[in-house]
Order: sequence, then structure tokens, then C-alpha cells
Amino acid sequence: MTGSDTILSVKNLNVHYGEFKALKNVSLDFTRNKVTALIGPSGCGKSTLLKCLNRMNDLVPEAKVEGEITFENQDIYEAGIDPAQVRLHIGMVFQKPNPFPKTIFNNVAFGLKLNGFKGDIEEVVETSLRQAALWDEVKDRLHKSAMTLSGGQQQRLCIARTLAVEPQVILMDEPASALDPIGTIAIENLMRDLADKYSIVVVTHNMQQAARVSDYTAFLMMDDDRAGYLVESGETDVIFQNPQDERTEAYITGRFG
Amino acid sequence: MDSSKFNLKLNNDSKNRIVKGFIFQALLILSVAICLLGLGSLLFEILREGLPWLSWHFLTDFPSRFPEKAGIKSAIFGTIWVITFAALFIIPIGVGAAFYLEEYARKNIFSKILEINISNLAGVPSIVYGLLGLAVFVQFMNLGRSVLAGSLTLALLVLPIIIVISREAIKSVPDSHKNAAYALGASKFQVIQKIVLPQAIPGIMTGTILALSRAIGEAAPMIAISALVYITFLPTTPMDRFSVMPIQIFNWISRPQEGFKGLAAAGIIILLIILLLMNAVAVYTRNRTQKRSEE
Repeated sequence: MTGSDTILSVKNLNVHYGEFKALKNVSLDFTRNKVTALIGPSGCGKSTLLKCLNRMNDLVPEAKVEGEITFENQDIYEAGIDPAQVRLHIGMVFQKPNPFPKTIFNNVAFGLKLNGFKGDIEEVVETSLRQAALWDEVKDRLHKSAMTLSGGQQQRLCIARTLAVEPQVILMDEPASALDPIGTIAIENLMRDLADKYSIVVVTHNMQQAARVSDYTAFLMMDDDRAGYLVESGETDVIFQNPQDERTEAYITGRFG
Repeated sequence: MDSSKFNLKLNNDSKNRIVKGFIFQALLILSVAICLLGLGSLLFEILREGLPWLSWHFLTDFPSRFPEKAGIKSAIFGTIWVITFAALFIIPIGVGAAFYLEEYARKNIFSKILEINISNLAGVPSIVYGLLGLAVFVQFMNLGRSVLAGSLTLALLVLPIIIVISREAIKSVPDSHKNAAYALGASKFQVIQKIVLPQAIPGIMTGTILALSRAIGEAAPMIAISALVYITFLPTTPMDRFSVMPIQIFNWISRPQEGFKGLAAAGIIILLIILLLMNAVAVYTRNRTQKRSEE
């Protein structure tokens, strides 16, 4: 991987929640305009790693982050960095669809209004909904409550809401785990489409999903101390067909986890 | 058919269980009935005694020695003055305190103690607040026995109620909505302003209205700070002396002449109507704000 292809870089990351060590010595680069999947057994720190990437972990009481995370060669944990600005560039989609109890339009426009956007809000809302493959389904009811949408539609709305503020990176925390198979396929297709413009990091429990959507895969696990660490990472094809570490092979073939 | 493999018919055991269920349900209905009976007879008695005394002049006249001439005008206006000023104090302070405790205060022993104390304060007898108001507002702050002193005293009395209920409303806003806003680059203040507050407002309104409803019916603390009973003028500034409806009602009830009993009942009717109106306004605004926040 050459330097300019790396959009996000994690070096020697250690994360504690109070006394509990959640991640130890994780170093990992994320490639521009590619989908990187984080896989591993429950509790191995995949979501923690993801939340560190846009400083959402700041909101967890007692969380302590050590090490370095750089976004476009800028340390996002440096003094003087505004986490809100970081999150504008590194957006996040959550496990459970969490639209605001507002209209569909205002959900997508929320981030724009928040940041004092001066341009044509309606145009951005339409573009974002089109990018999230939701426009045709909602164009006639933009001013209805987002709560009237199905779970899968709600999750695509959340993606549209994230796209509207034009981030460079989108973090997704098991975005399809609360959805039915049809909703899941829609999200997976969307991830592939979005990779043209965005760099995507996705946490998933679903091996097939990781194999289907990702270009790169990182496998994390933990030992008895329950502190997560990185076992190996690389191109998804290599990880799935020819893993270097036998633990990776055991996990992806379903022998544990 | 008799040849069925399983016996699905009622037997003695299942009959017993059904009877027990009925008895339990009957007991529950009985307790509701007792509540309604008590409330109903009270209301009936008040309406029976008070309705003949209700008239336009009852609303527009000042109190008098003669029951036929007496009105409740000064008490109504006094109550409106006092409640309005109390609302001006408790809404910003109560909601502010609730937001601080819920969103900013660190969760430690100190905040825990504070929390328990606030809940306990809601249970302190109101006469204690009256004495506190007398000492602090009337005498120490030298406000005199004024509308301002009265409303500050009532504000102290009901602040715990509005704080506790507002906190519940704030707490009920899902973290997932807050996180979503943070992930879109919102600052903490923006999250509170754009996500938490709009969703908490209906609950805060309920808290406010409950607090004010409690305040409007309080006689004891007002007696302690010596609001007047017999006044024949209306307050024109917050520093004027005043009377409130519960005091007027209390005064009428304690008089020997038969006519004043009817006046007291009529006063209670007016007080109930004002309470109902306040609740109606609260429900209406709550529904409106809820709808607006969801757009």
C-alpha cells in the first residue's frame, strides 16, 4: 500500500474503558475508496476500533485512547482538534437504524442545517437520497415522518443523512444486522456503489457479507484477557482463501466465534 | 367427540382458576370504585353547595362582610399574578437544573446525593416552605408580603417537581438519536438544542403544569407569609400585597355564617375550572409542540 492510497491510519492503538483494556496495539491502514471489513468474534473490539476512528468513543465515559490515528496525515487525537469537525469528514452509520423523529426531508437536511449550509438544501437532499438508492421510494412523501419507513428504508435514510454532509469516510457498525435479507442486500449493493466516491469501513459479524462487499479485511480477536488485537489484515480474497494465520482460517471456516 | 385423545373440557381445576381471576378483577374494580365514589361525592357536594352562589358578580366583586355581596375577584387576580411570576421563575430554573443534572453533571457520589435530596425536597410539607419564604423573601430580602415574595415561595415549593419530571423527560430521549447527531458533526450544545430539547418538551410541559397545579392550590405557605384575606384592590405591581384563592376559600369556610360555606364551595368550583383550563392549555400546546418537533 502506498502512502497516498491510505486515508486513515491507526498506529499502536490502545483503548481502555476504566480498568478494562478493550484494544491492544492495533495498527492498521485503511485504503481510499475501498471497503474494508472488520471481522472477529463478539467482544473483540471491532466496534471500539470503529468508534475510535471518528472519535465517537469520546462519548463513552471512562474511555481512554492511546496511540495515533491519522486522517489524511493529520492526527485526529491531537490537542486542538475538534471532534465535531472530525465527524463531519468521517461519518457513521449505526447498527440499528436511528432516524430522528422528524420528516424524511429534515432527517437528511439535519446535518446541513447544523453546519450552516448556505446552498440549495433541496438539491443536496435529493442527491443524497438518490445516492442511498432511496429517492424513488420516498420522493412523494418527503415531508412524512421518517418513522413511517420500513427498517431497511430507515437504514438507507440514515446513510443518506450521512452522505448529505459529504464525508470522505463512512464508518458502518453492522449496518445490516437489524434488517431482513432484502434490506441486507440493498445495503450491501449500496456499499459497493458508494465505494466509488467514499472510503468505507464496515464492522460485520457475517462472513459472507464481508466476503461479498469488502476489498480488504482485517481480522481481530481476543485471548483470555479479553483485550482485542489485530491478527491479520489484507485483501479480502487473500484473507478468505489463503489466510496466513491459522486462527483466521479457523474463524472464517466457522470453527470458532 | 368422546373418542378424542385429549380432554379439552373445563374441569374443576380450571373452573377454580377462572373464579379466582374473576375475584381478583372484582377487587380491582372495587378499588377504582372507591376512588371514584370519594371524588364523586366531594364534587357533588361542592356543586350542590356552590352552584347557587355562582354568579357574575361573584367573579367581579371584592370580598365583603355580607355573603350576598362577597366576590372572589381579588383572589382570582392575586392567584393569576402569583402563578404567572412563579412560572417565570420555575420554568427556566427548573428546566436548566434538569438539563445540567442530566446532561452535564458528572455521575458521582455528590450528584447522587443531590439527586436524592431533590426528590426528598418534593416531599417536604409546604408550611416549611412558607416559613422559609417568610424568613428569606419577606424579611431578609425585604420584599415584604408581596406578590413577588409569594411567587418565589411557591416557586421554591414546586421546583423539585418540575426538576424531577423534566429529568425524566430528558432521560427518555434515546441515546441513538443523540449519537446520530454527534456523528453528523453536532456539538454538545447543538445536540441538546436540536435533538434533546424538542423531544423532551412535551414531558417538560407536563412537569410544569403539574408543578403549577400544585402551586395554585397551596394555602399553607401563603398563610405563613401572610397574604391578605380581605383586600379590596388588585395588585398592580409585583411588590403589591395580594390574596390567593385557597386563602379566600379557607377563610370563608372558617366563618360561622351559613352563606360563607356556599361561597367557599363556589370558590372551589372556580379554582377547579382554572385548573382544568390550565391543563387543557398544556395538553394543547404539548400536542402542538410535539407535532412541530417531528416535522
